[in-house]
Amino acid sequence: MSNVSVRGLWMEYPNQVVLERVDLEIPSGEFCALVGPSGCGKTTFLRLLLGEERPTRGGIFLDDQPLVAEPGPDRGVVFQRYSVFPHLTALENVILGREFEGSRFLGRLFGARRRAALAEAAAVLEAVGLGAHTHKYPAEMSGGMQQRLAIAQALIRKPKLLLLDEPFGALDAGTKVQMYELLLRLWAEERMTVFMVTHDLKEGFTLGTRVLAFDKVRVDPTDPGAYGATITYNLPLTEKKAVRERLVAAD
Amino acid sequence: MRRIINRRPGRGGILFWGALPFLAVAMGYAAASALRLADNPNDKLLPPLSAMIAAVQRVAFTPDARTGDYLMWVDTAASLHRLGLGLGVATALALVIGIGMGLVPYVRAGLSPFVAILSMVPPMAVLPVLFIVFGLDELSKVVLVVVGVTPFLIRDLAMRTAEMPREQLIKAQTLGASTWQIVLRVVLPQMLPRLVDALRLSLGPAWLFLISAEAIAATEGLGYRIFLVRRYMAMDVILPYVAWITLLAFVSDYLLRLFNARCFPWLRAGKGSS
Repeated sequence: MSNVSVRGLWMEYPNQVVLERVDLEIPSGEFCALVGPSGCGKTTFLRLLLGEERPTRGGIFLDDQPLVAEPGPDRGVVFQRYSVFPHLTALENVILGREFEGSRFLGRLFGARRRAALAEAAAVLEAVGLGAHTHKYPAEMSGGMQQRLAIAQALIRKPKLLLLDEPFGALDAGTKVQMYELLLRLWAEERMTVFMVTHDLKEGFTLGTRVLAFDKVRVDPTDPGAYGATITYNLPLTEKKAVRERLVAAD
Repeated sequence: MRRIINRRPGRGGILFWGALPFLAVAMGYAAASALRLADNPNDKLLPPLSAMIAAVQRVAFTPDARTGDYLMWVDTAASLHRLGLGLGVATALALVIGIGMGLVPYVRAGLSPFVAILSMVPPMAVLPVLFIVFGLDELSKVVLVVVGVTPFLIRDLAMRTAEMPREQLIKAQTLGASTWQIVLRVVLPQMLPRLVDALRLSLGPAWLFLISAEAIAATEGLGYRIFLVRRYMAMDVILPYVAWITLLAFVSDYLLRLFNARCFPWLRAGKGSS
């Protein structure tokens, strides 16, 4: 289970209100696409979910527990860039999550535990289509491969939430389609709740089972920072969700 | 006629153009030396190559009449020992303080104004203080190298650490890493090659501080010897010593570069040349 509820959320920076009056109930297993013009708080909202920032007022609850205001292993993340570690090979990037978990002082596994982690990581890499590139460094991979690696890396700790910040923004159209298939398959298999920021409306509707549109309702022309954005549309795409669930059940 | 920015030398050309300045300097020296020696065969200012070879033979391969030591090797060992010790301590300090400042906001808030001011203190100006506090033997010379080089290394490493993409640190946290694990597995491996590069850049200043300290108070060392024989205008010893110091600095720089290439293969990954 991983349902998310946002209650009376406000986010203010000095002289600027970014988000105001955000209330949201997301049942477990939804794929939420966050859309809206730039500078309207989508990424800020994702950072709040991530725990990178604290809301000024209100709160976010994961399974009715207040969200820890610090990034942690219950929330996986993929950014547009720099999500993978350049000094580790694909395989090392993926086992890192297990190494952090299993070795508190050295952050490294040895012997049988390392072999088990490597086998698990190899399987995850296979699942994202990087089975042939396990010993490459990220710099030797294309942008699409790096994003696959970032997803594989995020999945190894089995997060309740997967947060994606324009993960396909820098990819070409053909690669994007492949990434959509991969992401939807993994989402169905892992049954996690996904939040994805995108400024591509089509991408949002292709992938999401729910589209959340962020925009400013009130604008003060003499003081652009006076009012913040909120969720103007909360569109559950129920039909699509039902179809997907049947597909998953059929598998 | 193609533009000169589009014309490239071949392999032989690169060798030729690279050797040209060296040859020019050597020939200029030989000519000037020959001219002066023609006027006065006992001229000491620009000794001929034969005199320098004889001098090296004397200081490097014949035991000293008074002590029985091979002076040049004793000097080299003493200088390298001081330099190595100083740079080692500087590197260790920079690693701990630099990464701390770059990664932990409280350490940055506490230390960054202090280090910024400290790095502006001219090290040579505090040399007398070091001699008074640490005495005239080994310690003060090592400390001068440390004082001279550490602030630069710390600031460089702190800036590099702070420049690391925020995404990487967040990602590590979402993988469950503690601060210590982030330092050990994410920051340190990526900062070590940067530190080695900074160390390479500070080899020049380190030698400068070492030779200055040795020139003022020492009983052996490359800098000590140069300043000792200066009294007799013994250019035939000074010039080979300078060349030897240059060679030592060049080789240590080369070894550090090799270390980076060997130990951090990911630095060159995807750049095509590997």
